[in-house]
Amino acid sequence: MKKRLGLLGFVLALVAIVAITVQAQKTENRLASNAAEQVYVAPGEYDKFYGFFSGGFNGQISVVGLPSGRTLRTIPVFSQWAENGYGYSEETKPMLMTSQGFVPWDDSHHPELSQTDGALDGRWLFINGNNTPRIARIDLKTFETHDIIEIPNAGGNHSSPFTTMNSEYVVAGTRFSVPIPQKDMSIADYKSNFKGTLSFIKVNPDDGDLSIAFQILMPGFDYDLAHCGKGPSHGWCFFTAYNTEEAHSLLEVNASQNDKDFVAAINWKIAEQCVTDGKAETVAANYADNHMDDATGIAVSEMRDSVTLLDPANCEGLAYFLPTPKSPHGVDVDPTGEYIVPGGKLSATLAIHSFSKMLKAIEAKDFTGDSYGIPILNFDNILAGQVEKACLGPLHNEFDTKGFVYTSCFLSSEIIKWNLKNFEVVDRVPTFYSIGHLMIPGGDTMKPYDTFVVALNKITKDRYLPTGPELVQSAQLYDISGDKMQMLSDFPTMGEPHYAQAIPAELVTENQLRIYPLESNQHPYATKKEADVKVEREGSDVHVYMTAIRSHFAPDNIEGVKLGDTVYFHVTNLEQDWDIPHGFATYGMNEANLLIMPGQTLTVKWTPKEVGVFPFYCTDFCSALHQEMQGYIRVSPADSDIALSWNLGQ
Amino acid sequence: MKKIVIGLSFLVTLVIIGIWGFAQDNADLPKGVGPIETLELTELDPALAETGKVTFEQFCSACHKIEERYIGPALLGVTERRAPEWIMNMILNPDVMIQEDDTAYELFAEYLTPMANQHVSEEQARSILEYFRSNDAQ
Ligand code: HEC
Ligand SMILES: [Cu+2]
Repeated sequence: MKKRLGLLGFVLALVAIVAITVQAQKTENRLASNAAEQVYVAPGEYDKFYGFFSGGFNGQISVVGLPSGRTLRTIPVFSQWAENGYGYSEETKPMLMTSQGFVPWDDSHHPELSQTDGALDGRWLFINGNNTPRIARIDLKTFETHDIIEIPNAGGNHSSPFTTMNSEYVVAGTRFSVPIPQKDMSIADYKSNFKGTLSFIKVNPDDGDLSIAFQILMPGFDYDLAHCGKGPSHGWCFFTAYNTEEAHSLLEVNASQNDKDFVAAINWKIAEQCVTDGKAETVAANYADNHMDDATGIAVSEMRDSVTLLDPANCEGLAYFLPTPKSPHGVDVDPTGEYIVPGGKLSATLAIHSFSKMLKAIEAKDFTGDSYGIPILNFDNILAGQVEKACLGPLHNEFDTKGFVYTSCFLSSEIIKWNLKNFEVVDRVPTFYSIGHLMIPGGDTMKPYDTFVVALNKITKDRYLPTGPELVQSAQLYDISGDKMQMLSDFPTMGEPHYAQAIPAELVTENQLRIYPLESNQHPYATKKEADVKVEREGSDVHVYMTAIRSHFAPDNIEGVKLGDTVYFHVTNLEQDWDIPHGFATYGMNEANLLIMPGQTLTVKWTPKEVGVFPFYCTDFCSALHQEMQGYIRVSPADSDIALSWNLGQ
Repeated sequence: MKKIVIGLSFLVTLVIIGIWGFAQDNADLPKGVGPIETLELTELDPALAETGKVTFEQFCSACHKIEERYIGPALLGVTERRAPEWIMNMILNPDVMIQEDDTAYELFAEYLTPMANQHVSEEQARSILEYFRSNDAQ
């Protein structure tokens, strides 16, 4: 009897275990299907957000729909882009001009959307080029790079291009200090001879044109990241400064000596006043200022020869140092504008500065000393609070509307969520792997959208099918609408996305340009109707005024070109309908193909190397007769006397 | 009396059939699908036709010639074979036309290149129509 009971008990227990397991599996599946629903965008439907992800070492920006994680487009910015001829066409080459000549690559780090009243406005997107210091502005009507301005007196434009509340300025702080002005000197003399600059780039409120308003000359530290104040702290910008040791070699050891480094607080309204009062110097500088001329569609590169340089020694109240534990990376200002939150990457404790306490301390001259004449505030007296044992390697913070901060922790590979009320961690989730920045839509503005947070990870390892030694970068999406963060999906990102920003789709879609109206095309080589096509010779330059429409080029037979000539194909797309681009390429072209949008004129240069008859064709499938969209150009010997001629359909 | 009644009703029937037939005649030329539902034509306006010619050359001549087939059909006689509304709708709304209008669909099946939406305004389309009318009047 006992035995039987025992057996029964055993069977019952087994049943219970099975039942529990099944139940648990069901819950898990339900969670998974719930997560899948949240990132699922049905066929024909749109994502709710545009995400803009920096391409890092590819120099571009990826446009990613969120929450689906689908890549929608690459916007070429600092690197040539063979896909559409950016940086290859005559119209776009000037965009990549610098004081160092044509620089067809850069390292793009931080996309930053323009703001009005501290909220995203959907007008423009800015991004920094780190290697040859530059800032670009992308127009969100066309998703095209419209301006690139070079930053002189800088090395490694990293703390950039963070915006003020109304995009009055975007800032550019140098990560690598350098001799200013540049000169031949011993590297061993770095200390106190190398300098950093913090540049304020004026954004023209009407057309977004960029110009350098002034640069602030700072001690030779590494200025890593920045954010500007908002609300009560509007008028200030904050820059993290590591390597306050001023090491110039083996920085991983030598720049990690000081227990605290700094956040530099800059009062840009006072800077403006000092400039107006003549306290700044105009110094020689050599830098490129490039912008797209809307009427012609041709980029113009102009070299500038001076810049306004402001020394804090000559401008009282301009700059202060806030002591900050240890080698801080990010510095982020919460939506109320009161809390300045650095990510002290080598400290496990987060120390948060209070803006109002900072103002009081400045007023009371509560300084513990100075660094190269810049007052250092008393750490304890500006402290808002500390998050003890937060995580390992805190790098960067974004915010929601409920007073929570989300911090990325590189070393412990996690996101922590904590509150600004009692500085306590309320949730943590793992990331895969080694998260750098993180991103909440509007998460660095006064108006965040409490939807999701994206982890931008540095290491991918096993997250996707292996593709040889090199792997795509990995991102994770987490729901933040509830109390607990919940992982929803993994999605791959291109290059190394250091940072990303996202914006509700409707703020961008309503302004979209679909075509370039032919009647406003003022390109000097535009051909606006087929009757006007022609081929002209100017010495050894041959200009082909060509049109493209479904599905032929006019002209499509060209003769009279000679060896030694340089041929310019100026191709105008006569279509006036959305999504009907035509492509153009010809045999042996040393540039890339052109992708010409409706109503646009683009030019590619071709230098034939041999005598012969060479085909050209449309590279973008445009209609059922796309394969018929082709032509020939004849190249004769240099001494031939064949006259230029062209035709179509004869 | 009966005869008169029969005669009268016969006449009325004839008139009705006549009117119906006339209406049927107009309906034979479909108006197409698009923003233009009815269009009252007035006497030919040569100045408007001249504007239409310039617009046509800019936006349409890469695909159409008046007297001969090119990428699209020759456009001589188009105002005789199509209703004015249909022509306007073909210019303003071609994507929908080649999907939903039988004649436009058949043309597309023949020419294979889709008639392009050049996004001309309704006014511009009207001037082009006048240009077509002036060609056909000659
Ligand atoms: C890319 C070439 C292209 C352009 C540009 C173009 N069309 Fe067409 N069009 C066609 C084709 C092809 C057809 C035949 C229908 C089809 O294939 O869709 C057509 C058909 C037509 C028809 C109907 C003709 C008939 O016999 O019923 C009219 C009217 C017309 N087009 C007017 C215009 C006008 C006006 C413009 C300029 C605003 C224009 N088209 C621009 C290619 C073009
Ligand atoms: Cu084509």
